[in-house]
Amino acid sequence: MANLSTDSVTLNTPPEMQRVPLVQNQRSLSWITEKVSRIVEEPTPIWWWVAFLLAAPLAMVGLFCIGYQISNGVGMWGENKTVGWAWDITNFVFWIGIGHAGTLISAILFLTRQKWRTSINRAAEAMTLFAVVCAGIFPGIHVGRVWMAWFLAPVPNGNAIWPNFRSPLLWDVFAVSTYFTVSVLFWYTGLVPDLATLRDRAKGKVARFVYGVFALGWRGSNRQWRHYEMAYLLLAGLSTPLVLSVHSVVSFDFATSIMPGWHATIFPPYFVAGAIFGGFAMVLTIMLPARLLYPQLDDLITRQHVDKMSKIILLTGTIVGYAYLMELFIAWYAGNKYEAFTFFRARIGVDNSGWYAWSYYCMMFCNVISPQLFWIKKLRTNYVAVFVVCMFVNVGMWFERFVIIVTSLAQDFIPSSWRHYSPSVVEVWTFIGTFGIFLSLFLLFMRFLPMIAMSEVKIVTPEADPHHHKPDGAHSNGDLH
Amino acid sequence: MAEYQKVYGIGGEFDSAGSLMQAAEKIRDLGFKKWDVHTPFPVHGMDAAMGLGKSWLSGPVLVGGATGTLTAALLTFIPSWGIYPMIVHGKPFDWRVLPAFFPIFFELTVLFAAFSTVIALLVMDQLPKWYHPVFNWDHFKKVTDDGFFIVIEARDPKFSEVKTRELLESLGGKHVTLIQD
Repeated sequence: MANLSTDSVTLNTPPEMQRVPLVQNQRSLSWITEKVSRIVEEPTPIWWWVAFLLAAPLAMVGLFCIGYQISNGVGMWGENKTVGWAWDITNFVFWIGIGHAGTLISAILFLTRQKWRTSINRAAEAMTLFAVVCAGIFPGIHVGRVWMAWFLAPVPNGNAIWPNFRSPLLWDVFAVSTYFTVSVLFWYTGLVPDLATLRDRAKGKVARFVYGVFALGWRGSNRQWRHYEMAYLLLAGLSTPLVLSVHSVVSFDFATSIMPGWHATIFPPYFVAGAIFGGFAMVLTIMLPARLLYPQLDDLITRQHVDKMSKIILLTGTIVGYAYLMELFIAWYAGNKYEAFTFFRARIGVDNSGWYAWSYYCMMFCNVISPQLFWIKKLRTNYVAVFVVCMFVNVGMWFERFVIIVTSLAQDFIPSSWRHYSPSVVEVWTFIGTFGIFLSLFLLFMRFLPMIAMSEVKIVTPEADPHHHKPDGAHSNGDLH
Repeated sequence: MAEYQKVYGIGGEFDSAGSLMQAAEKIRDLGFKKWDVHTPFPVHGMDAAMGLGKSWLSGPVLVGGATGTLTAALLTFIPSWGIYPMIVHGKPFDWRVLPAFFPIFFELTVLFAAFSTVIALLVMDQLPKWYHPVFNWDHFKKVTDDGFFIVIEARDPKFSEVKTRELLESLGGKHVTLIQD
């Protein structure tokens, strides 16, 4: 992280070329500590209880539905024979994709020295973990007999059965579990210095003990920081290919099959771009309200951050749009009749023959057209506009997976095996329930852990630069208002 | 109480990352070995100022990653070749199946390397640590907020309760304090 230290603004730089400071209003180090720690230390605000009491019952409904399906079997889902993957895999891919933004921010933007990531990476990484938790639920219960799920793991067993290592479904088990584990390690490593801050500020004995245990006795010594920074760099380096691999492997679940609409070499990059696209939309969906509720963070999460994230949404959304069009082109150009049918009839709905063509248009509008608004700078920095576009993207990315799965399976090779699909009540509430689980976990995170990586934000302040000379009048303790 | 108390070292606070770095360079040049600087964030260039080289944490990570690759190779090939050959889609199950195992090779390499990173970090930073004498110094709490400290340990051969205190004060150290163990 040392390499992230602030550029010293040279006197020769013309004013129009000087960088906008990442932390606004020249806040001091203790100001950062104070404002971020205070969120955790203050008494629980009323809005938090309101939000939690909305999210937690939803989570309970979700958990109830999961229990209901486990005790009654997967027949509780609305999936019928030909549409064997429907909402469950849609939801799985939706949630796992959301996780990708967190890792992109924490790892790839770290390696590419994007300093603005420091004030959003902690919350985005937390979001990654919670999204992967939600994602893991679906394939877990979709195996049908959950108590046999350990068969997924390659362990020697009494039946002498081994999993098929050539199956992308097994690659998925490895990819998702590795992703979750490495994300937890990365997140926790980043948290240690901030937990030490909370430990040193804690007034109560219990808080000091708990934060103290998790801070591991961190004392900010340079002999520690030296290895810490190397570890952080290595974890970022390991997470970067990992995040690209996870959604690639998820896309292999589809791409290695011979279903028209799935069997495409474009899938891995297309899925990865879509994951980052959907993930950034979810980061903003969460961060914008959080910023509204904690106005003291305005100087840390600035318009500049929202602007940059919107640009990433625009870029990845456009890549996704390119992939959609390229799929259509190949469906025509390759001359495969079945593929042409899936794309032009089942999806686009030529001659009104696509049962789910509406979902394709919904996806196209939300994912390709709505982010194009971000070409306009005014909209990128307007929080309401950004929030609205992000909601469209959230919906659109869910529909993308729905389109891929349901349009291909409902109307496949033989018309006699075509089946309509509609979700069951249990299925719908399980999905809504995962939002409850996600929000409950995120609210708990906001309440008990520092939402912004304090030690990392401090690095990007001018004070952190050992060659920085304080301007006259500024003093290190600053004003805390 | 006339109880004997062991001295851990002498610590001083500095008012900025810049002055801390200058002081660290001086202390390095004077030949001190058992000392450390404490900061709320990693200060760029401090390793050189303290005379420390590059962290070799990447060594164990390389070993860990290689172990992961090897584990994955054994995990996939032993069943495929020996104990559970599975013919799927009529595809071979000898060495030619290798590309199908790459995802597992990759994932286990990353998983093992990540665990080695964290474990190596804990070992090299000597964490978790239940007790450390620096925390006996009340003022030290600021280290995780905005305090910059230098602590010179008593076990350093050049340590002297009087002279080290004077040294830290002359370098601009404030609140110079004797830290008990």
